[in-house]
Amino acid sequence: MSKVLIYTENFDGKFKKLNFEAASYGAEIAKQLGGEAVAISIGNVDDNELKQLGAYGVSKVLNFKNDAFADLDNQAYASVVAKAVEKEGAEVVIFSGSTTAKAVAPRVSVKLKAGMVFAAIGLPKNLSPFTVPKKVFHGKAFADVEINSNVKIISLAQNSFGLVESATEIAIEAFDVDVDTAFNTKVTKVEKATGKVLLNDAEIIVSGGRGLKGAENWPPLEELAEILGAATACSRPVSDEGWRPHSEHVGQTGKIVAPNLYFALGISGAIQHLAGVSSSKVIVAVNTDNEAPVFQAADYGIIGDVQKILPQLNEAFRKFKNEN
Amino acid sequence: MKILVCISNVPDTTTKIKLTGDQSAVDLANVQWIINPWDELALTRALELKEGSGGKIEKVTVITVGEKTAEPTIRKALAIGADDAIRVDAAPGDAYAVAHEVSEAIKNENYDIVLCGIESSDYNGSAMGGMLSEFLNLPSVSSVSKLEIEGDQLKVNREIPGGFEVVEPQLPFVAIVQKGIAKEPRIPSMRGIMMARKKPLNVVAATGATALTGFLGYTPPPAKAACRMIDAENVGELVDLLHNEAKII
Repeated sequence: MSKVLIYTENFDGKFKKLNFEAASYGAEIAKQLGGEAVAISIGNVDDNELKQLGAYGVSKVLNFKNDAFADLDNQAYASVVAKAVEKEGAEVVIFSGSTTAKAVAPRVSVKLKAGMVFAAIGLPKNLSPFTVPKKVFHGKAFADVEINSNVKIISLAQNSFGLVESATEIAIEAFDVDVDTAFNTKVTKVEKATGKVLLNDAEIIVSGGRGLKGAENWPPLEELAEILGAATACSRPVSDEGWRPHSEHVGQTGKIVAPNLYFALGISGAIQHLAGVSSSKVIVAVNTDNEAPVFQAADYGIIGDVQKILPQLNEAFRKFKNEN
Repeated sequence: MKILVCISNVPDTTTKIKLTGDQSAVDLANVQWIINPWDELALTRALELKEGSGGKIEKVTVITVGEKTAEPTIRKALAIGADDAIRVDAAPGDAYAVAHEVSEAIKNENYDIVLCGIESSDYNGSAMGGMLSEFLNLPSVSSVSKLEIEGDQLKVNREIPGGFEVVEPQLPFVAIVQKGIAKEPRIPSMRGIMMARKKPLNVVAATGATALTGFLGYTPPPAKAACRMIDAENVGELVDLLHNEAKII
Protein backbone atom coordinates (compact mmCIF):
# COMPACT_ATOMS: atom_id res chain seq x y z
CA MET A 1 0.00 0.00 0.00
CA SER A 2 1.21 3.49 -0.82
CA LYS A 3 2.31 5.47 2.15
CA VAL A 4 2.79 9.17 2.78
CA LEU A 5 5.21 10.12 5.56
CA ILE A 6 4.56 13.44 7.30
CA TYR A 7 7.45 15.04 9.14
CA THR A 8 6.29 16.89 12.27
CA GLU A 9 8.68 19.26 14.03
CA ASN A 10 7.60 20.21 17.55
CA PHE A 11 7.95 23.48 19.38
CA ASP A 12 9.02 22.74 22.97
CA GLY A 13 7.10 19.46 22.83
CA LYS A 14 3.98 20.95 21.23
CA PHE A 15 2.61 20.97 17.72
CA LYS A 16 1.40 24.10 15.96
CA LYS A 17 -1.29 24.69 13.37
CA LEU A 18 1.28 24.27 10.61
CA ASN A 19 1.95 20.68 11.71
CA PHE A 20 -1.75 19.84 11.56
CA GLU A 21 -1.94 21.55 8.19
CA ALA A 22 0.92 19.34 6.91
CA ALA A 23 -0.86 16.29 8.37
CA SER A 24 -4.13 17.28 6.65
CA TYR A 25 -2.31 17.75 3.35
CA GLY A 26 -0.40 14.45 3.65
CA ALA A 27 -3.59 12.57 4.53
CA GLU A 28 -5.34 14.00 1.43
CA ILE A 29 -2.46 12.85 -0.78
CA ALA A 30 -2.61 9.41 0.87
CA LYS A 31 -6.29 9.34 -0.10
CA GLN A 32 -5.42 10.25 -3.70
CA LEU A 33 -2.93 7.36 -3.73
CA GLY A 34 -5.34 5.00 -1.99
CA GLY A 35 -2.84 4.63 0.83
CA GLU A 36 -2.05 5.51 4.42
CA ALA A 37 -0.75 8.64 6.18
CA VAL A 38 2.06 8.01 8.67
CA ALA A 39 3.76 10.74 10.71
CA ILE A 40 7.19 10.88 12.29
CA SER A 41 7.96 12.79 15.46
CA ILE A 42 11.54 13.48 16.55
CA GLY A 43 12.45 14.66 20.04
CA ASN A 44 10.26 14.40 23.10
CA VAL A 45 6.54 14.76 22.46
CA ASP A 46 4.05 13.14 24.84
CA ASP A 47 1.44 10.64 23.66
CA ASN A 48 -1.52 12.99 24.09
CA GLU A 49 0.09 15.51 21.79
CA LEU A 50 0.98 12.83 19.24
CA LYS A 51 -2.59 11.51 19.24
CA GLN A 52 -3.86 14.91 18.07
CA LEU A 53 -2.48 14.06 14.62
CA GLY A 54 -5.23 11.43 14.36
CA ALA A 55 -7.80 14.21 14.08
CA TYR A 56 -6.30 15.09 10.68
CA GLY A 57 -6.20 11.64 9.10
CA VAL A 58 -2.91 10.23 10.38
CA SER A 59 -3.23 6.53 11.25
CA LYS A 60 0.23 5.92 12.69
CA VAL A 61 2.99 7.98 14.20
CA LEU A 62 6.59 6.82 14.46
CA ASN A 63 7.83 8.16 17.78
CA PHE A 64 11.58 8.74 17.74
CA LYS A 65 11.96 9.78 21.36
CA ASN A 66 15.46 10.95 22.14
CA ASP A 67 16.38 13.88 24.39
CA ALA A 68 19.57 14.56 22.43
CA PHE A 69 17.25 15.62 19.62
CA ALA A 70 15.81 18.53 21.61
CA ASP A 71 18.19 20.64 19.49
CA LEU A 72 18.08 20.62 15.71
CA ASP A 73 21.08 19.13 13.95
CA ASN A 74 20.35 18.95 10.23
CA GLN A 75 22.51 15.90 9.55
CA ALA A 76 21.18 13.81 12.43
CA TYR A 77 17.55 14.77 11.77
CA ALA A 78 17.85 13.99 8.07
CA SER A 79 19.30 10.55 8.90
CA VAL A 80 16.30 9.72 11.09
CA VAL A 81 13.76 10.95 8.54
CA ALA A 82 15.44 9.03 5.69
CA LYS A 83 15.44 5.83 7.80
CA ALA A 84 11.74 6.31 8.53
CA VAL A 85 10.96 6.73 4.82
CA GLU A 86 12.86 3.52 4.05
CA LYS A 87 11.23 1.56 6.89
CA GLU A 88 7.74 2.54 5.79
CA GLY A 89 8.51 2.39 2.07
CA ALA A 90 6.86 5.80 1.79
CA GLU A 91 6.37 7.22 -1.70
CA VAL A 92 5.72 10.79 -0.65
CA VAL A 93 7.29 12.79 2.20
CA ILE A 94 5.61 15.97 3.48
CA PHE A 95 7.23 18.85 5.36
CA SER A 96 5.33 21.78 6.89
CA GLY A 97 5.89 25.43 6.00
CA SER A 98 8.28 25.97 8.91
CA THR A 99 11.97 26.76 8.47
CA THR A 100 12.82 23.12 9.24
CA ALA A 101 11.76 22.29 5.70
CA LYS A 102 14.68 24.35 4.39
CA ALA A 103 17.10 22.76 6.87
CA VAL A 104 16.24 19.06 6.78
CA ALA A 105 14.21 18.28 3.64
CA PRO A 106 17.00 19.02 1.10
CA ARG A 107 19.33 16.62 2.94
CA VAL A 108 16.68 13.89 2.91
CA SER A 109 16.25 14.56 -0.81
CA VAL A 110 19.92 13.80 -1.50
CA LYS A 111 20.00 10.76 0.81
CA LEU A 112 17.05 9.17 -0.98
CA LYS A 113 17.62 10.66 -4.44
CA ALA A 114 14.11 12.05 -4.09
CA GLY A 115 13.03 15.11 -6.07
CA MET A 116 11.75 17.97 -3.95
CA VAL A 117 9.23 20.75 -4.41
CA PHE A 118 9.48 23.57 -1.91
CA ALA A 119 6.39 25.56 -0.85
CA ALA A 120 3.66 23.73 -2.76
CA ILE A 121 0.34 25.60 -2.73
CA GLY A 122 -2.06 22.71 -3.30
CA LEU A 123 -2.60 19.00 -3.83
CA PRO A 124 -0.85 17.20 -6.69
CA LYS A 125 -2.73 17.97 -9.91
CA ASN A 126 -1.67 14.68 -11.40
CA LEU A 127 -0.20 11.46 -10.01
CA SER A 128 1.46 10.44 -13.28
CA PRO A 129 3.48 12.45 -14.00
CA PHE A 130 3.45 13.52 -10.36
CA THR A 131 2.76 17.24 -10.65
CA VAL A 132 2.60 19.78 -7.83
CA PRO A 133 1.62 23.47 -8.04
CA LYS A 134 3.80 26.22 -6.54
CA LYS A 135 4.45 29.93 -6.86
CA VAL A 136 7.59 31.20 -8.54
CA PHE A 137 9.12 34.68 -8.61
CA HIS A 138 7.44 35.24 -5.25
CA GLY A 139 3.93 34.95 -6.61
CA LYS A 140 4.45 36.79 -9.89
CA ALA A 141 3.71 33.48 -11.66
CA PHE A 142 2.35 30.05 -10.76
CA ALA A 143 4.02 26.87 -11.97
CA ASP A 144 3.36 23.13 -12.22
CA VAL A 145 6.39 21.11 -11.19
CA GLU A 146 6.89 17.48 -12.09
CA ILE A 147 8.79 15.19 -9.72
CA ASN A 148 10.20 12.22 -11.63
CA SER A 149 11.92 10.22 -8.86
CA ASN A 150 10.42 7.23 -7.04
CA VAL A 151 10.26 9.04 -3.71
CA LYS A 152 8.80 12.56 -3.78
CA ILE A 153 9.36 15.28 -1.20
CA ILE A 154 6.96 18.20 -0.85
CA SER A 155 7.08 21.07 1.60
CA LEU A 156 3.82 22.94 1.96
CA ALA A 157 3.55 26.74 1.90
CA GLN A 158 2.09 27.81 5.23
CA ASN A 159 -1.67 28.58 5.26
CA SER A 160 -2.05 27.47 1.65
CA PHE A 161 -4.02 24.30 2.38
CA GLY A 162 -5.68 24.78 5.77
CA LEU A 163 -6.90 22.13 8.19
CA VAL A 164 -9.02 19.17 7.10
CA GLU A 165 -10.46 17.22 10.00
CA SER A 166 -10.75 13.50 9.49
CA ALA A 167 -10.93 11.58 12.78
CA THR A 168 -8.74 8.50 12.49
CA GLU A 169 -7.71 5.79 14.94
CA ILE A 170 -4.02 6.50 15.51
CA ALA A 171 -1.31 4.07 16.63
CA ILE A 172 1.88 5.25 18.30
CA GLU A 173 4.89 3.12 17.38
CA ALA A 174 8.26 3.52 19.06
CA PHE A 175 10.93 4.15 16.42
CA ASP A 176 14.64 3.92 16.98
CA VAL A 177 17.59 4.17 14.66
CA ASP A 178 21.27 3.94 15.40
CA VAL A 179 22.45 7.52 14.98
CA ASP A 180 25.42 9.36 16.46
CA THR A 181 24.17 11.85 19.06
CA ALA A 182 27.51 13.70 19.19
CA PHE A 183 26.15 16.32 16.80
CA ASN A 184 28.41 18.32 14.49
CA THR A 185 26.49 21.47 15.38
CA LYS A 186 25.94 22.47 19.00
CA VAL A 187 23.36 24.91 20.32
CA THR A 188 25.07 26.99 23.02
CA LYS A 189 22.45 29.66 23.68
CA VAL A 190 18.76 30.31 23.02
CA GLU A 191 17.07 33.71 23.07
CA LYS A 192 13.35 33.76 22.59
CA ALA A 193 10.63 36.31 23.23
CA THR A 194 7.76 34.99 25.29
CA GLY A 195 4.13 36.04 25.37
CA LYS A 196 4.33 37.73 21.98
CA VAL A 197 2.30 36.75 18.93
CA LEU A 198 4.88 35.37 16.52
CA LEU A 199 4.91 36.67 12.97
CA ASN A 200 4.70 33.24 11.35
CA ASP A 201 1.88 32.04 13.63
CA ALA A 202 -0.20 35.22 13.41
CA GLU A 203 -3.68 35.22 11.86
CA ILE A 204 -3.52 39.04 11.76
CA ILE A 205 -0.43 41.17 11.09
CA VAL A 206 -0.19 44.94 11.61
CA SER A 207 2.70 46.29 9.56
CA GLY A 208 4.14 49.79 9.47
CA GLY A 209 6.19 51.63 6.86
CA ARG A 210 8.05 54.86 6.32
CA GLY A 211 4.75 56.77 6.58
CA LEU A 212 5.03 56.46 10.35
CA LYS A 213 8.10 58.72 10.14
CA GLY A 214 10.08 57.32 13.09
CA ALA A 215 10.50 54.65 15.74
CA GLU A 216 8.80 56.89 18.31
CA ASN A 217 5.50 56.70 16.40
CA TRP A 218 5.01 52.94 16.81
CA PRO A 219 2.96 52.83 20.06
CA PRO A 220 -0.44 53.35 18.34
CA LEU A 221 0.44 50.57 15.86
CA GLU A 222 1.40 48.27 18.72
CA GLU A 223 -1.88 49.20 20.38
CA LEU A 224 -3.82 48.12 17.28
CA ALA A 225 -1.90 44.82 17.27
CA GLU A 226 -2.80 44.30 20.91
CA ILE A 227 -6.50 45.01 20.33
CA LEU A 228 -6.59 42.50 17.46
CA GLY A 229 -4.25 39.90 19.00
CA ALA A 230 -1.98 40.52 16.02
CA ALA A 231 1.76 40.38 15.38
CA THR A 232 3.66 43.51 14.40
CA ALA A 233 5.77 43.77 11.25
CA CYS A 234 7.40 46.41 9.09
CA SER A 235 8.67 47.22 5.60
CA ARG A 236 12.30 47.05 4.59
CA PRO A 237 13.22 50.77 4.91
CA VAL A 238 11.93 50.68 8.49
CA SER A 239 14.22 47.80 9.50
CA ASP A 240 17.11 49.28 7.50
CA GLU A 241 16.66 52.55 9.42
CA GLY A 242 16.72 50.56 12.65
CA TRP A 243 13.26 51.77 13.71
CA ARG A 244 12.26 48.12 14.11
CA PRO A 245 14.28 44.86 14.35
CA HIS A 246 15.18 42.91 11.18
CA SER A 247 13.10 40.00 12.41
CA GLU A 248 9.99 42.12 11.74
CA HIS A 249 10.88 42.84 8.11
CA VAL A 250 8.24 41.38 5.84
CA GLY A 251 8.88 41.20 2.10
CA GLN A 252 10.77 39.33 -0.55
CA THR A 253 14.13 39.37 1.24
CA GLY A 254 12.64 39.31 4.74
CA LYS A 255 9.83 37.09 5.89
CA ILE A 256 7.16 35.75 3.55
CA VAL A 257 3.84 35.78 5.41
CA ALA A 258 0.32 34.54 4.68
CA PRO A 259 -2.02 35.73 7.45
CA ASN A 260 -5.80 36.03 7.17
CA LEU A 261 -5.58 39.80 7.53
CA TYR A 262 -2.63 42.10 6.77
CA PHE A 263 -2.59 45.82 7.56
CA ALA A 264 -0.12 47.83 5.44
CA LEU A 265 0.06 51.15 7.30
CA GLY A 266 2.10 53.90 5.69
CA ILE A 267 3.66 51.36 3.30
CA SER A 268 3.75 52.44 -0.35
CA GLY A 269 3.97 48.85 -1.57
CA ALA A 270 7.25 48.32 -3.41
CA ILE A 271 7.07 45.21 -5.59
CA GLN A 272 9.43 43.39 -3.18
CA HIS A 273 7.18 44.15 -0.22
CA LEU A 274 4.04 42.99 -2.02
CA ALA A 275 5.82 39.76 -3.03
CA GLY A 276 6.16 38.94 0.66
CA VAL A 277 2.52 39.58 1.60
CA SER A 278 0.52 38.71 -1.52
CA SER A 279 -0.62 35.38 -0.06
CA SER A 280 -2.53 37.18 2.71
CA LYS A 281 -6.28 36.49 2.49
CA VAL A 282 -7.30 40.15 3.02
CA ILE A 283 -5.06 43.23 2.79
CA VAL A 284 -5.98 46.64 4.23
CA ALA A 285 -3.86 49.61 3.15
CA VAL A 286 -3.63 53.12 4.56
CA ASN A 287 -1.54 55.64 2.61
CA THR A 288 -1.56 59.37 1.81
CA ASP A 289 -0.86 58.74 -1.88
CA ASN A 290 -3.83 57.38 -3.81
CA GLU A 291 -1.43 56.29 -6.58
CA ALA A 292 0.62 54.11 -4.19
CA PRO A 293 1.08 50.59 -5.63
CA VAL A 294 -0.09 49.07 -2.34
CA PHE A 295 -3.69 49.86 -3.39
CA GLN A 296 -3.26 47.51 -6.40
CA ALA A 297 -2.70 44.65 -3.97
CA ALA A 298 -5.13 45.72 -1.24
CA ASP A 299 -8.74 44.66 -0.76
CA TYR A 300 -9.68 47.68 1.33
CA GLY A 301 -7.99 51.07 1.28
CA ILE A 302 -8.06 54.35 3.15
CA ILE A 303 -6.36 57.44 1.75
CA GLY A 304 -4.96 59.54 4.54
CA ASP A 305 -2.11 60.15 6.97
CA VAL A 306 -1.53 56.96 8.91
CA GLN A 307 -0.63 58.92 12.04
CA LYS A 308 -4.09 60.51 12.02
CA ILE A 309 -5.95 57.36 10.94
CA LEU A 310 -4.36 54.94 13.44
CA PRO A 311 -6.00 56.41 16.59
CA GLN A 312 -9.37 56.26 14.79
CA LEU A 313 -8.76 52.63 13.81
CA ASN A 314 -7.85 51.78 17.38
CA GLU A 315 -11.05 53.37 18.65
CA ALA A 316 -13.22 51.61 16.06
CA PHE A 317 -11.65 48.16 16.55
CA ARG A 318 -11.74 48.50 20.34
CA LYS A 319 -15.43 49.34 20.17
CA PHE A 320 -16.00 46.31 17.91
CA LYS A 321 -14.05 44.00 20.26
CA ASN A 322 -16.01 45.23 23.27
CA GLU A 323 -19.30 44.53 21.50
CA ASN A 324 -18.34 41.13 20.05
CA MET B 1 41.09 29.32 5.62
CA LYS B 2 39.09 29.51 2.45
CA ILE B 3 35.49 30.56 1.96
CA LEU B 4 33.26 29.55 -0.94
CA VAL B 5 30.13 31.54 -1.78
CA CYS B 6 27.54 29.97 -4.08
CA ILE B 7 25.99 32.45 -6.48
CA SER B 8 22.80 32.19 -8.47
CA ASN B 9 22.24 34.36 -11.53
CA VAL B 10 18.64 35.62 -11.35
CA PRO B 11 16.39 38.24 -12.99
CA ASP B 12 16.33 41.59 -11.16
CA THR B 13 13.72 41.38 -8.39
CA THR B 14 11.77 44.32 -9.88
CA THR B 15 11.31 42.47 -13.21
CA LYS B 16 7.74 42.22 -14.49
CA ILE B 17 7.32 38.50 -15.15
CA LYS B 18 5.90 37.63 -18.57
CA LEU B 19 5.25 34.13 -19.86
CA THR B 20 6.00 32.84 -23.35
CA GLY B 21 2.98 32.52 -25.68
CA ASP B 22 2.47 28.81 -24.95
CA GLN B 23 3.04 29.38 -21.19
CA SER B 24 5.76 26.73 -21.18
CA ALA B 25 8.39 29.11 -19.84
CA VAL B 26 9.01 32.50 -18.30
CA ASP B 27 9.98 34.99 -21.02
CA LEU B 28 13.47 36.05 -20.04
CA ALA B 29 14.24 38.22 -23.08
CA ASN B 30 15.46 41.73 -22.14
CA VAL B 31 15.71 40.81 -18.47
CA GLN B 32 18.31 42.50 -16.27
CA TRP B 33 20.36 39.80 -14.46
CA ILE B 34 21.69 40.17 -10.93
CA ILE B 35 23.35 38.21 -8.15
CA ASN B 36 20.58 36.54 -6.12
CA PRO B 37 20.02 39.00 -3.21
CA TRP B 38 20.75 36.47 -0.42
CA ASP B 39 23.92 35.29 -2.21
CA GLU B 40 25.02 38.92 -2.48
CA LEU B 41 24.61 39.34 1.29
CA ALA B 42 26.56 36.08 1.82
CA LEU B 43 29.38 37.38 -0.38
CA THR B 44 29.42 40.68 1.53
CA ARG B 45 29.71 38.84 4.86
CA ALA B 46 32.46 36.57 3.49
CA LEU B 47 34.49 39.63 2.47
CA GLU B 48 33.95 41.28 5.88
CA LEU B 49 35.19 38.11 7.58
CA LYS B 50 38.24 37.94 5.34
CA GLU B 51 39.14 41.58 5.95
CA GLY B 52 38.76 41.17 9.71
CA SER B 53 40.72 37.93 9.88
CA GLY B 54 44.22 39.41 9.79
CA GLY B 55 45.20 37.21 6.88
CA LYS B 56 43.81 34.01 8.37
CA ILE B 57 41.19 33.80 5.64
CA GLU B 58 43.27 33.71 2.45
CA LYS B 59 40.57 33.85 -0.12
CA VAL B 60 36.92 34.09 -1.02
CA THR B 61 35.84 32.15 -4.10
CA VAL B 62 32.48 32.37 -5.82
CA ILE B 63 30.93 29.55 -7.82
CA THR B 64 27.93 29.35 -10.10
CA VAL B 65 26.42 26.77 -12.41
CA GLY B 66 25.53 28.54 -15.62
CA GLU B 67 26.24 29.14 -19.26
CA LYS B 68 28.52 31.87 -20.59
CA THR B 69 25.62 34.34 -20.32
CA ALA B 70 26.04 34.18 -16.50
CA GLU B 71 29.54 35.68 -16.69
CA PRO B 72 28.57 39.36 -16.23
CA THR B 73 27.01 38.37 -12.89
CA ILE B 74 30.16 36.46 -11.89
CA ARG B 75 32.30 39.45 -12.89
CA LYS B 76 30.13 41.59 -10.65
CA ALA B 77 30.86 39.25 -7.73
CA LEU B 78 34.59 39.61 -8.53
CA ALA B 79 34.17 43.39 -8.71
CA ILE B 80 32.54 43.39 -5.29
CA GLY B 81 35.66 41.68 -3.97
CA ALA B 82 35.74 37.90 -4.48
CA ASP B 83 39.29 36.71 -5.27
CA ASP B 84 38.43 34.18 -7.93
CA ALA B 85 35.46 32.45 -9.49
CA ILE B 86 34.38 29.10 -10.83
CA ARG B 87 31.71 28.62 -13.47
CA VAL B 88 30.43 25.11 -13.99
CA ASP B 89 29.54 25.15 -17.65
CA ALA B 90 25.94 23.96 -17.82
CA ALA B 91 22.45 25.36 -17.93
CA PRO B 92 21.30 25.14 -14.31
CA GLY B 93 18.80 22.30 -13.83
CA ASP B 94 16.93 21.92 -10.56
CA ALA B 95 18.47 22.46 -7.12
CA TYR B 96 19.46 18.78 -6.97
CA ALA B 97 21.43 18.95 -10.23
CA VAL B 98 23.02 22.31 -9.35
CA ALA B 99 24.07 21.15 -5.87
CA HIS B 100 25.46 17.95 -7.40
CA GLU B 101 27.51 19.88 -9.97
CA VAL B 102 28.89 22.28 -7.33
CA SER B 103 29.84 19.40 -5.02
CA GLU B 104 31.71 17.67 -7.86
CA ALA B 105 33.50 20.87 -8.86
CA ILE B 106 34.82 21.62 -5.37
CA LYS B 107 35.20 18.23 -3.72
CA ASN B 108 39.01 18.40 -3.78
CA GLU B 109 39.25 22.06 -2.81
CA ASN B 110 38.69 21.81 0.96
CA TYR B 111 36.83 25.01 1.62
CA ASP B 112 36.41 25.66 5.37
CA ILE B 113 33.20 27.64 5.11
CA VAL B 114 30.64 27.36 2.33
CA LEU B 115 27.95 30.05 2.19
CA CYS B 116 24.66 29.72 0.31
CA GLY B 117 21.69 32.09 0.21
CA ILE B 118 18.55 30.61 1.75
CA GLU B 119 16.61 30.83 -1.49
CA SER B 120 16.82 32.16 -5.00
CA SER B 121 14.47 34.94 -5.99
CA ASP B 122 13.44 33.22 -9.25
CA TYR B 123 12.13 29.71 -8.59
CA ASN B 124 12.10 30.02 -4.77
CA GLY B 125 13.43 26.50 -4.24
CA SER B 126 15.22 26.94 -0.89
CA ALA B 127 16.96 23.61 -1.32
CA MET B 128 20.35 24.05 -2.98
CA GLY B 129 22.40 24.83 0.17
CA GLY B 130 20.97 21.93 2.14
CA MET B 131 21.47 19.56 -0.78
CA LEU B 132 25.06 20.71 -1.29
CA SER B 133 25.89 20.07 2.38
CA GLU B 134 24.52 16.55 2.06
CA PHE B 135 26.44 15.85 -1.18
CA LEU B 136 29.61 17.06 0.57
CA ASN B 137 28.68 15.20 3.77
CA LEU B 138 29.29 18.37 5.80
CA PRO B 139 27.35 19.79 8.75
CA SER B 140 24.98 22.62 7.88
CA VAL B 141 23.05 25.31 9.70
CA SER B 142 20.09 26.97 7.97
CA SER B 143 18.30 30.30 8.63
CA VAL B 144 21.63 31.88 9.63
CA SER B 145 21.27 35.60 10.39
CA LYS B 146 24.70 36.22 11.94
CA LEU B 147 28.11 34.62 11.48
CA GLU B 148 31.17 35.41 13.60
CA ILE B 149 34.57 33.83 14.04
CA GLU B 150 35.92 33.82 17.59
CA GLY B 151 39.42 32.39 17.66
CA ASP B 152 39.10 29.06 15.90
CA GLN B 153 35.41 28.69 16.67
CA LEU B 154 32.61 29.74 14.41
CA LYS B 155 29.44 31.08 15.99
CA VAL B 156 26.26 31.50 14.02
CA ASN B 157 22.79 32.72 14.92
CA ARG B 158 20.00 30.51 13.68
CA GLU B 159 16.60 32.19 13.57
CA ILE B 160 13.82 30.30 15.32
CA PRO B 161 10.21 31.40 15.87
CA GLY B 162 10.39 34.43 18.18
CA GLY B 163 14.14 34.58 18.53
CA PHE B 164 17.42 32.88 17.74
CA GLU B 165 19.82 30.16 18.83
CA VAL B 166 23.58 30.49 18.89
CA VAL B 167 25.02 27.42 17.15
CA GLU B 168 28.65 26.33 17.09
CA PRO B 169 29.35 24.14 14.07
CA GLN B 170 32.39 22.00 13.41
CA LEU B 171 34.41 23.07 10.41
CA PRO B 172 34.23 22.64 7.52
CA PHE B 173 30.55 23.48 7.29
CA VAL B 174 27.82 24.97 5.13
CA ALA B 175 25.94 28.07 6.29
CA ILE B 176 22.60 28.75 4.62
CA VAL B 177 22.15 32.45 5.21
CA GLN B 178 19.27 34.90 5.26
CA LYS B 179 18.57 38.56 5.92
CA GLY B 180 20.69 40.07 8.69
CA ILE B 181 23.89 38.21 7.76
CA ALA B 182 25.24 41.49 6.39
CA LYS B 183 23.72 44.93 6.72
CA GLU B 184 23.69 45.90 3.07
CA PRO B 185 25.14 44.28 -0.02
CA ARG B 186 28.38 45.86 -1.19
CA ILE B 187 28.38 47.86 -4.39
CA PRO B 188 31.37 47.39 -6.70
CA SER B 189 33.77 50.34 -6.82
CA MET B 190 35.30 51.62 -10.07
CA ARG B 191 38.62 50.11 -9.00
CA GLY B 192 36.88 46.82 -8.18
CA ILE B 193 35.33 46.71 -11.65
CA MET B 194 38.73 47.30 -13.27
CA MET B 195 40.40 44.64 -11.14
CA ALA B 196 37.63 42.10 -11.76
CA ARG B 197 38.63 41.87 -15.42
CA LYS B 198 41.96 40.37 -14.44
CA LYS B 199 40.78 38.02 -11.70
CA PRO B 200 40.67 34.30 -12.50
CA LEU B 201 37.33 32.97 -13.72
CA ASN B 202 37.80 29.24 -14.09
CA VAL B 203 35.37 27.41 -16.32
CA VAL B 204 34.99 23.73 -15.46
CA ALA B 205 33.09 21.10 -17.40
CA ALA B 206 29.82 19.82 -15.97
CA THR B 207 29.51 16.19 -14.94
CA GLY B 208 26.02 15.86 -16.38
CA ALA B 209 24.13 15.68 -13.10
CA THR B 210 20.48 14.86 -13.66
CA ALA B 211 17.55 16.88 -12.36
CA LEU B 212 14.78 15.12 -10.43
CA THR B 213 12.17 17.80 -11.03
CA GLY B 214 11.10 19.91 -14.00
CA PHE B 215 8.69 22.73 -14.75
CA LEU B 216 5.79 21.62 -16.94
CA GLY B 217 4.13 24.99 -17.40
CA TYR B 218 3.21 28.33 -15.93
CA THR B 219 0.15 30.47 -15.40
CA PRO B 220 -0.12 34.14 -14.51
CA PRO B 221 -1.42 34.82 -10.98
CA PRO B 222 -5.22 35.13 -10.82
CA ALA B 223 -6.53 38.66 -11.39
CA LYS B 224 -7.38 40.64 -8.29
CA ALA B 225 -10.58 42.55 -7.64
CA ALA B 226 -10.23 46.34 -7.36
CA CYS B 227 -9.47 47.82 -3.96
CA ARG B 228 -12.54 49.13 -2.17
CA MET B 229 -11.85 52.64 -0.88
CA ILE B 230 -13.17 53.76 2.47
CA ASP B 231 -13.61 57.40 3.52
CA ALA B 232 -10.94 58.49 6.00
CA GLU B 233 -13.67 60.19 8.02
CA ASN B 234 -15.53 56.93 8.46
CA VAL B 235 -13.09 54.18 9.45
CA GLY B 236 -15.93 52.38 11.25
CA GLU B 237 -17.02 51.23 7.79
CA LEU B 238 -13.76 49.25 7.52
CA VAL B 239 -14.51 47.38 10.73
CA ASP B 240 -18.00 46.65 9.44
CA LEU B 241 -16.71 45.35 6.07
CA LEU B 242 -14.04 43.16 7.66
CA HIS B 243 -16.68 41.68 9.93
CA ASN B 244 -19.69 41.33 7.61
CA GLU B 245 -18.25 41.18 4.08
CA ALA B 246 -14.78 39.63 4.40
CA LYS B 247 -15.85 37.79 7.59
CA ILE B 248 -12.28 37.93 8.77
CA ILE B 249 -12.78 39.41 12.25
